[in-house]
Amino acid sequence: MSRDRTWALRWSYFFLVLFAIFFLVPPIYMLITSLKTSAEISAATNPWWVFHPTLGNYIQLLTSNQYLTFFRNSAVVSVFVVAVTMLISVPAAFALSRMRFWGSATLATGVFLTYLIPETLLFLPLFKMFAVFNELTGIELINHWWILLIVYPTLTVPFCTWIMIGYFASIPKELDEAALIDGAGWIQTLVMIFIPVALPGLIAATIFAFTVSWAQFLYPLAFTTSADQLVLPVGIITSLIKGDVFNWGQIMTGALLGAAPPLIIYAFLMDYYIAGLTAGATKG
Amino acid sequence: MVDAAIRAEGVKSGARKRTSLRRMMQRKSTIAFFMALPLITLISLLVLYPAGYSLHLATLNKSMERFVGFGNFTFLFTRETFWMVVQQSCIFAITAVIFKALIGFVVAHFVHNIPAKGQRKWRGMLLVPWVIPPAMSCLAWLWLFDPSYSAFNWLIALFGGDPVPWTGNTYWARFSVILVNIWIGAPFFMIMYLAALKSVPEQLYEAAAIDGASWWQRIWYVTLPMMRNIIAITALFSLIVTFANFDIVRIMTAGGPIDTTHVFATWSFRVGIEGADIPLGASVSLFMVPILTVAAVFILRDITRRGNES
Amino acid sequence: MAEVTLSKVVKKYDEVEAVRGIDLNIADREFVVLVGPSGCGKSTTLRMIAGLEDITGGEIMIGGDLVNDVPPKDRDIAMVFQNYALYPHMTVSENMSFGLRLKHFPKAEIKKRVDEAARILDITDLLDRKPKQLSGGQRQRVAMGRAIVRDPKVFLFDEPLSNLDAKLRVQMRTEIKKVHQKVRTTTVYVTHDQVEAMTLADRVVVMNHGTIEQVGEPNDLYHSPATRFVAGFIGSPAMNFIACGLEKSAGALKLRVPPDLVFDVPADRTKRYEPYAGKKGLLLGLRPEHLTDTRVAAEPGQQKLDVTLNVIEPMGMETIVFFTLGGVEICGRVGSKAGARSGERMSLLAHLGHMHLIDGDSGKVV
Repeated sequence: MSRDRTWALRWSYFFLVLFAIFFLVPPIYMLITSLKTSAEISAATNPWWVFHPTLGNYIQLLTSNQYLTFFRNSAVVSVFVVAVTMLISVPAAFALSRMRFWGSATLATGVFLTYLIPETLLFLPLFKMFAVFNELTGIELINHWWILLIVYPTLTVPFCTWIMIGYFASIPKELDEAALIDGAGWIQTLVMIFIPVALPGLIAATIFAFTVSWAQFLYPLAFTTSADQLVLPVGIITSLIKGDVFNWGQIMTGALLGAAPPLIIYAFLMDYYIAGLTAGATKG
Repeated sequence: MVDAAIRAEGVKSGARKRTSLRRMMQRKSTIAFFMALPLITLISLLVLYPAGYSLHLATLNKSMERFVGFGNFTFLFTRETFWMVVQQSCIFAITAVIFKALIGFVVAHFVHNIPAKGQRKWRGMLLVPWVIPPAMSCLAWLWLFDPSYSAFNWLIALFGGDPVPWTGNTYWARFSVILVNIWIGAPFFMIMYLAALKSVPEQLYEAAAIDGASWWQRIWYVTLPMMRNIIAITALFSLIVTFANFDIVRIMTAGGPIDTTHVFATWSFRVGIEGADIPLGASVSLFMVPILTVAAVFILRDITRRGNES
Repeated sequence: MAEVTLSKVVKKYDEVEAVRGIDLNIADREFVVLVGPSGCGKSTTLRMIAGLEDITGGEIMIGGDLVNDVPPKDRDIAMVFQNYALYPHMTVSENMSFGLRLKHFPKAEIKKRVDEAARILDITDLLDRKPKQLSGGQRQRVAMGRAIVRDPKVFLFDEPLSNLDAKLRVQMRTEIKKVHQKVRTTTVYVTHDQVEAMTLADRVVVMNHGTIEQVGEPNDLYHSPATRFVAGFIGSPAMNFIACGLEKSAGALKLRVPPDLVFDVPADRTKRYEPYAGKKGLLLGLRPEHLTDTRVAAEPGQQKLDVTLNVIEPMGMETIVFFTLGGVEICGRVGSKAGARSGERMSLLAHLGHMHLIDGDSGKVV
């Protein structure tokens, strides 16, 4: 190895360490704080060090009905949204990429464009729509956790459909022709050939749908208010922050536990996670 | 049964043959249409309809009983806060995207530089900010920026500096929300660029090296042109997401101090939900549309062009 | 087992006619190869027989039944694709039995058929592997196995060997021929490679621009091509075409190649060629092996000519020589010991007893 190359490598590692510190300080600080007692936090000793580590915050939260309710709401919503998303987007992606019908090309583009419409543009009309719906039918949608089952798919379905179209398009056309000749119908081709073959894409899309549902903040903030209907992100912010009293040890513990599911999925399925991330722009 | 009928009569009757063929093709499109129907319903009912509905809402008065035309917009134009929001939204989005792109590019290069077996580990570590739900990581930043217990200020004090009012005064608060945005978004750019860097054939660099190009010339003449597409599309995606961002400002500053860090999304939430003036809130959020449209058009152009090439 | 009949089959994509009304009868148990350059409509024709493309006009019958409107799965056909189209998530035996399982065959019957096909193709050891673990040649066998287990009326092959390297291609060619001799199923095989077509086919169908140029047994196509296209397409190196004129002088028919070469037309052809005397746009077609060095057994119609060689390509058993005649580059084949050298003059024999005369206007061989 030449001298130049050695130095380039040293500089690379040097800057990578700097950036890693920048990128990892907040989560590490979350962990540090979560291990402290309130007394230690307000004592204003060295904030970067834990002098009397304790799991008290964790025990307190994991035995608190309220926190567990948030967690359960989040989990139920995310799992259901993932299921709904897959049930909607996989058949649609198959129809759009393989079967072609009148307007299917336009629809594929339209799906992609919907993905670009941010939720911040839609929450007010949706809020009003739900209110009107209540007036018309007497069914109250606002302030029930399951309203999120209805609105979250608008965030997950377009992108998942889009990347599944990309994955399905990369399957050679001969494969479905072979299945057709072997006597498989369209549904059989989808279930027995396409889904198994595009499984990596399906996993990537599932991860995407889960992380988006888990992290969504605006919709639950706008549509749910009662403490027992909240999901984690909103729950932590509205219930653990009481007035001006910030119990930072608990907030950090709650946030860290709230960040755990996506982080665990990421740790185990990193390649799928990254594939899904890059698929949006590189496929299609 | 149908087959038998066709076999018996198909030879004689040409017209009948055509119709049954068409029926077969129709059946295929019908199945396809039904498979896509849930998607179409979802999009039209919960995305397209509300998008159009917000246009309608924006023309109503606060109690949504009276049509006021452009009244909400003209009212906004007279409000100083509105112009501040416009300015802050643009500063917020543009600065953040530029720095995300720069940092993402630099970090991607460093990761690409080191031996392949270590790359996975580094890449995994550096993407963590993107994986943590923004609401959670913003809480961590909020705590790092705490007025009395800021861990950053503690470090600064250690070196004899004055405490920084991270979220306390307008300029620092603006800096802080942008910093957090960069922290969350830069890893995404890094991942996209890294994927793009991997797709540049090694022979091109070898050819450039043989032609006597310096490392800087290699970046300028080989890497950047090869990555131009990905750079552009990532930046446009990020511009849309950043411009419409809600979580960061909402949690970090809630728009304060005195509304100076509000962006369109947070202000329309403040006005529409908390201020219970849905039409005015809808009007505010509609101001995001022009910039989103421009970005979307460019993205779409790129995608259709690539579609045509393949 | 069944015959396949195409009558006046037309395929249009929007306004472009890919197949322009072809008629073809394929007998039971016959091995027919459709050959032609890319875009000639051969694959489209095959896909119409398979039912993967709908038919714009005309009729396709398989085993006496009109199948125009019958979906692929009910046509009782099997197809082998260029990229094999093996299901990547299934093992070899699952791949082969997929069609049977869909049709709810009894397990024992499926196993019997898979084992039998595996034995024919010599892939018994591979049955539990996934396609990813197989070499190109093995995948090709599995793809054929998938077709065999179905025991269909017709096998369809769509350029099945073009993804293999040259050596394996020759090997698999023989393999396909052997399999056909064993199972004797009517076969339609598409390729752009004329050597493949010649070696495999009972009958070759040469296609060009969506029409059939000629149908015939391999040797017939080679020795008596019907059109200039077939003459040029079949055979490698390709047949030479030289612009020429026919003249009648002193009762004898002469072939004149400008500027100054004159040959006698062989006696047995005089009568056939006489009507074309004086006609413009005639072409002399002569295969490279009919331009040889002078050290060969005498035969009627041999005529000497002296040429300057441009380039020579030694092949070992023979040497390919290139020279200019009548303004075009001509290819000949001489013995490797005939002393051919680039840039030097050489005496060659033109075997006009094997010549073809082509009417340039109609493209037909006279």
